[in-house]
Amino acid sequence: MVKALFRWAAALALVGTAVFWWVTRPVMLDAGALAGLTPDLAAGEQVFYAGGCAACHAAPDASGDARLTLSGGQAFPSPFGTFRAPNISSDPDHGIGGWSALDLANAMKNGVSPEGQHYFPAFPYTSYAKAQLSDIVSLHAFLATLPASTEPSKPHEVGFPFNIRRSLGGWKRLFLGDAWVVAGDLTAQETRGRYLAEALGHCGECHTPRNVLGGLQFSQWLGGAPDPSGKGRVPNITPGKLLWSEADIAEYLKSGFTPEFDTAGGHMVAVVENTAHLTPEDRAAIAAYVKRVMPVQ
Amino acid sequence: MAYNHNVLLGLVAAAFTATAALAGSHTSGQAEKAVKARKAHMGLNAFNLGILGAMAKGEVEFNADVAQGAANDLAALAMMSQASYWPEGSSSDDMEGTRALPVAWTDMAGIIEKAQALGAATTAMAAAAGTLEGVQAAIGPVGAACGACHKVYRKPDS
Repeated sequence: MVKALFRWAAALALVGTAVFWWVTRPVMLDAGALAGLTPDLAAGEQVFYAGGCAACHAAPDASGDARLTLSGGQAFPSPFGTFRAPNISSDPDHGIGGWSALDLANAMKNGVSPEGQHYFPAFPYTSYAKAQLSDIVSLHAFLATLPASTEPSKPHEVGFPFNIRRSLGGWKRLFLGDAWVVAGDLTAQETRGRYLAEALGHCGECHTPRNVLGGLQFSQWLGGAPDPSGKGRVPNITPGKLLWSEADIAEYLKSGFTPEFDTAGGHMVAVVENTAHLTPEDRAAIAAYVKRVMPVQ
Repeated sequence: MAYNHNVLLGLVAAAFTATAALAGSHTSGQAEKAVKARKAHMGLNAFNLGILGAMAKGEVEFNADVAQGAANDLAALAMMSQASYWPEGSSSDDMEGTRALPVAWTDMAGIIEKAQALGAATTAMAAAAGTLEGVQAAIGPVGAACGACHKVYRKPDS
């Protein structure tokens, strides 16, 4: 009797493990997904700035041209632990210089490393999932032109149970998708702005509140959230709170000046250092999109 | 007797606590004044930047005299000693009404470097304020210098 029970328990555990393993398996692109796509360096540079890579992957105190050396090291405190941006410079050993464009596409769109390991969503693949493959191919080519750094990546400080990377496969099933948050009839400018804000710019990663599992609460899209550092809040930038004109928003993304001639602060300074490199048309598109978002009070 | 002794000890302790509380309220009064001064200084910066920014953006017609005045004021503001603005115990961890992060009190080298950058940017603005093109070229670096401090030393807030 005991023996039979034990056998049942063992069998159930086996099935459970198999289901867990299947549910949490890394999803990857087909080997031929990028066939026919050719990189455009100038476009890749714009994707680099729109995507804000340097905002997190530049060294903690880097300024000016040093921000193009993506040696990593910045710390990102969160309720789940402290994440550290890795070295994604062009160094083949310590950075990602050895990656193919497909590797980068899998990382950005599926949050999966070339070895098939899940990344923590501190890396905003939940936004990059909506990026166009052609843009990723161009970005891959542009990243290869940036300086290499041999700075070793620092480990994340994440405790049990969040350090079980395999379970992120389940997290992705809950929270990773490629549907646009703002749907409906958009102008061409608003559509471009949506791509820049929701996909590459990953605005929602900080400006949208998260649930207890760290998933974005889409009903409160861009409605403001506690700063992950635990100090202060990331502001509500929906029309329910932000009353700036489109020109004001575009100016802020260019110079960092608010209409009252205060300036951006905190991590947003690093964001503006990137958006300053976008074309005036793209900044205007982001502004048009921001005005189109559902108001949150 | 032992009872009285305890009462005495209790009274001394109470008096001590009261003194500490008084001292505390005294310092926090000073801290609040300092926060007010900081905000007044920042308000003057924003006011003068606003004059230059409106011209740079083309919202207001360029006027060389007005621009020069605003630029000179900005440069003068950047040169002012702020030594008394930042007493210990006036960070965002110590009190309400300020977003100045505690790290501003421990990173003196960074503060000096950024203050010098603001001085350089505003001096350049004062030298360039005679023409609209000059103002347009000089305002970006001024904003970057402002932002460099706000990036590290100011708490995010909505």
